[in-house]
Amino acid sequence: MNALLSIKDLHVSVDGKAILNGIDLVINTGEVHAIMGPNGSGKSTFAQVLAGHEQFEVTRGSIRYADQDLLALKPEERAHAGIFLAFQYPVEIPGVSNIYLLRTALNTIRKQRGEAELDAMDFLTLVKERAAIMQMDEDLLYRSVNAGFSGGEKKRNEILQLLMLEPRLAILDETDSGLDIDALQMVANGVNTLRGDPRAFLLVTHYQRLLDYIKPDFVHVLAAGRLVKSGGPELALELEQRGYGWLKETAAGAAP
Amino acid sequence: MTASNPQINRLLDREYAAGFVTDIDADSVPPGLNEDVVRLISAKKQEPQFLLDWRLKAYRHWLTMPVPQWSSVRYPPIDYNAISYYSSPKSRKDAPASLAEVDPKLLATYEKLGIPLQEQELLAGVAVDAVFDSVSVATTFKDKLAEHGIIFCSFSEAVREHPDLVQQYLGSVVPPTDNFYASLNSAVFSDGSFVYVPKGVRCPMELSTYFRINAANTGQFERTLIIAEEGSYVSYLEGCTAPMRDENQLHAAVVELVALQDAQIRYSTVQNWYPGDEQGRGGIYNFVTKRGACRGDNAHISWTQVETGSAITWKYPSVILEGDNAIGEFYSVAMTNNFQQADTGTKMIHIGKNTRSTIISKGISARQGQNAYRGLVKVLKGADGARNYTQCDSLLIGDRCGAHTFPYIEVKNPTARVEHEASTSRIGEDQLFYCRSRGLSAEDAVTLIVNGFCKQVFNKLPMEFAVEAQKLLGVSLEGAVG
Repeated sequence: MNALLSIKDLHVSVDGKAILNGIDLVINTGEVHAIMGPNGSGKSTFAQVLAGHEQFEVTRGSIRYADQDLLALKPEERAHAGIFLAFQYPVEIPGVSNIYLLRTALNTIRKQRGEAELDAMDFLTLVKERAAIMQMDEDLLYRSVNAGFSGGEKKRNEILQLLMLEPRLAILDETDSGLDIDALQMVANGVNTLRGDPRAFLLVTHYQRLLDYIKPDFVHVLAAGRLVKSGGPELALELEQRGYGWLKETAAGAAP
Repeated sequence: MTASNPQINRLLDREYAAGFVTDIDADSVPPGLNEDVVRLISAKKQEPQFLLDWRLKAYRHWLTMPVPQWSSVRYPPIDYNAISYYSSPKSRKDAPASLAEVDPKLLATYEKLGIPLQEQELLAGVAVDAVFDSVSVATTFKDKLAEHGIIFCSFSEAVREHPDLVQQYLGSVVPPTDNFYASLNSAVFSDGSFVYVPKGVRCPMELSTYFRINAANTGQFERTLIIAEEGSYVSYLEGCTAPMRDENQLHAAVVELVALQDAQIRYSTVQNWYPGDEQGRGGIYNFVTKRGACRGDNAHISWTQVETGSAITWKYPSVILEGDNAIGEFYSVAMTNNFQQADTGTKMIHIGKNTRSTIISKGISARQGQNAYRGLVKVLKGADGARNYTQCDSLLIGDRCGAHTFPYIEVKNPTARVEHEASTSRIGEDQLFYCRSRGLSAEDAVTLIVNGFCKQVFNKLPMEFAVEAQKLLGVSLEGAVG
């Protein structure tokens, strides 16, 4: 097992307000980790910091990713290095077709990896194959990025991008929220297709439901900006029964 | 998005790529404007009496007109007596018969701009009538067009060779008394392009003119006249860049289009004149009057413009829909960066029955750029069943720029249907971050988003122009997004 991602004492704030207060986490290749926690605990911040959102300020700590200092990399450089964030709220880009963004992204990343760009035919074959896994209408490929997509279509589109870009570390930020069971299964199916060495997944979720379909190796609870409890898949079930309240108290007690 | 984003600023800071001055001896008239100058211009061009009279009438009327103040553009008063109203490259005296005889420096200028005339002759079907300062230097593909009876030449040549056509149509769409700058142009216009497409002829190639302002202190006063006879079709492309210099240069062109019954004219512009530096110094004043008349049933005129250059752009390409079922269209992208100002839009005048017009306007403002859409939709009493659809979208980049929309609607016929939609959006951090997290650089992300915003208009451009326009937008963004 190799440590793909190694986070030490990560502190993050936005506009001077502390959101993450010392996170330690190691993710090895082949593993699936789930981060759970109540609303406002810093889950989305954590996901976006990993992807390089410049709104957040890392005030302390370090992140190593594949033997690189992740915090020194720009968002696009992280993407080139194999990090992918499936957004909680995918952004609309009017006038830019979905397939054009996909192709631009894939070929940019391939070029950075020293691989040849895919020509139009090969690309089209690939995207149709991957869209079929997500049961996405071809029509969605030619529409503007996320414009007029339903909530479920947006999330499936994120996973389509994931399948196309084949990242080493995929972060799913509440991809399950707002999905019906069918869509949830499709998303899980997409993730399970890619699961395994040399990849790793970090699932950020509020509910245990997603974990019925994508079985995590580790579950961590984020509360008040810290990982207050870690365990196996059974921890998710316990949270489902007991809620987050008992852990919030733990977090408050543990805070320095 | 914050204005301090260093990557975006670097993008915005890209310098004007076409900035240079060609060192050619110009045969110029001393600065100043009076009746003698008007007579001198006319004499130098050996014009017939009717044209001199027409110029003088325009000049005398111009003297009575106040400088227009109603637009939202701001600039110091122009001293019209500090401008030289005529200049022609010296090689003109030996009247080059072919490109081989053209001043090599001139050709080199075009090469720098990526407009190699010689190559273009060979390239797919584009005839070029290049205006370098005030005299047409080279006209290509003329013979091929002549086979179809199409006249495509400099305005001066049209005056010499086809005076009847000029006399019949000149000023019939934009009268010499129309507005301050149109009157000035009518008095002192130097040269321009002339197109005549005979009845039933479909022009087999895109007609193209590249304008370039060069000699210092020489105002450019082009005059373009396009006549499409019954059932004919023509597509005309106009593209411009200008060399870098410090003082402001006035450009007051007039373009007149006449489409007779069942005729169609497509007029596309890519305008990339020097916009001034990032402090707002220098740059072209682009005060243009463009108007087309659908002078017969089912006539169809489309204006498509991509305006990225000039310190100030003031233009309203318009269509007068006289014939029944006539169609007028206006598709526009206007980008302002740094201290650029644009006040642009259109006028659609519905006179005939069941006339239709479409207006799609996309304004992009970056840094301190100010962008105004100003449009008039006027439906006259007799225009039963007239329809208009207007869509005005503004995109803001940074927090110091501005977008303004001034729609004027006058409807005098109860059966008319007029729709207006407007939106304003901002390139957000979230859009940029989304694209970057997919591997795109910040520069590529901004270009992608802006091109997406403009797609509806770019789709209306002829293919080769659409590619050029996208590139131009990328270049302009580097100095235009803040």
